[in-house]
Amino acid sequence: MLPIRESFILAGILFTLGVIGVLARRNLVFILMSIEVMLNAAGLAFVVAGAQWRQPDGQVVFLFILAMAAAELSVGLALVLELYRQYKTLDTDVLSRMRG
Amino acid sequence: MTIVFYVSSAVAIAATVLMLTRVRAVHALLYLIVSLLAVAVIFYVLGAPFVAALELIIYAGAIMVLFVFVVMLLNLGEETVRAERALLAPSMWIGPSVLAAILLAEFIWMLARGGVPPAQAVSIGPVEVGISLFGPYLIGVELTSMLLLGGLVGAYHLGSRKAPHTEVTHATHP
Repeated sequence: MLPIRESFILAGILFTLGVIGVLARRNLVFILMSIEVMLNAAGLAFVVAGAQWRQPDGQVVFLFILAMAAAELSVGLALVLELYRQYKTLDTDVLSRMRG
Repeated sequence: MTIVFYVSSAVAIAATVLMLTRVRAVHALLYLIVSLLAVAVIFYVLGAPFVAALELIIYAGAIMVLFVFVVMLLNLGEETVRAERALLAPSMWIGPSVLAAILLAEFIWMLARGGVPPAQAVSIGPVEVGISLFGPYLIGVELTSMLLLGGLVGAYHLGSRKAPHTEVTHATHP
């Protein structure tokens, strides 16, 4: 038997850890890392579901998530660099004042 | 094979928790890489070797290199030198090394058993995934290519130094 239920529990735990990271940390780089953890957990859930039904569709969706994560991260890290260049900090409490 | 799954899950959760509690970004990156490696082992156990390889190559390889470059670009100068010295201290790399060694031991154990995926699971290899990807999901592949192109253009636009432009705006609005 495949450990289907345990895999879903693991995906949920990893996703929850990512949510905690996004909510608790104040550094933009850590927030992006936590988003990666969440995307990875979602992909894990898809692959587990694909293994449950013996279909490749779950893996296909994981590939899409992978490409989406790469695109999101490249733009996000470019934004982080630009923000650091302008404000010399990555603290979201400081950066939340957008002032135009 | 079930024991491999449970050990990898424990490694993934431990590495993720340790990642969230680090202070320095580079140390968190080490733990994040270990977490992704553990998830790759889980993919392999679940009968998805193609996705496990892609997880290693793209997530733990390419995306983490992006992170490392940005972390390197963010703190230049004296800070970096002190960070390098702190990184060479054993207390900093012993944790990720132990977790990665657990995964390596699992890998060697699976190889010693013949290197086969779990007998219970039907392994879905690259052939089935490729047929499905370029068959019913072809429109998704096209949309993904457009998304990647958008990401490329966006990252290039944001990353290019607009030095004269910013100087002008700073001069007009001091």
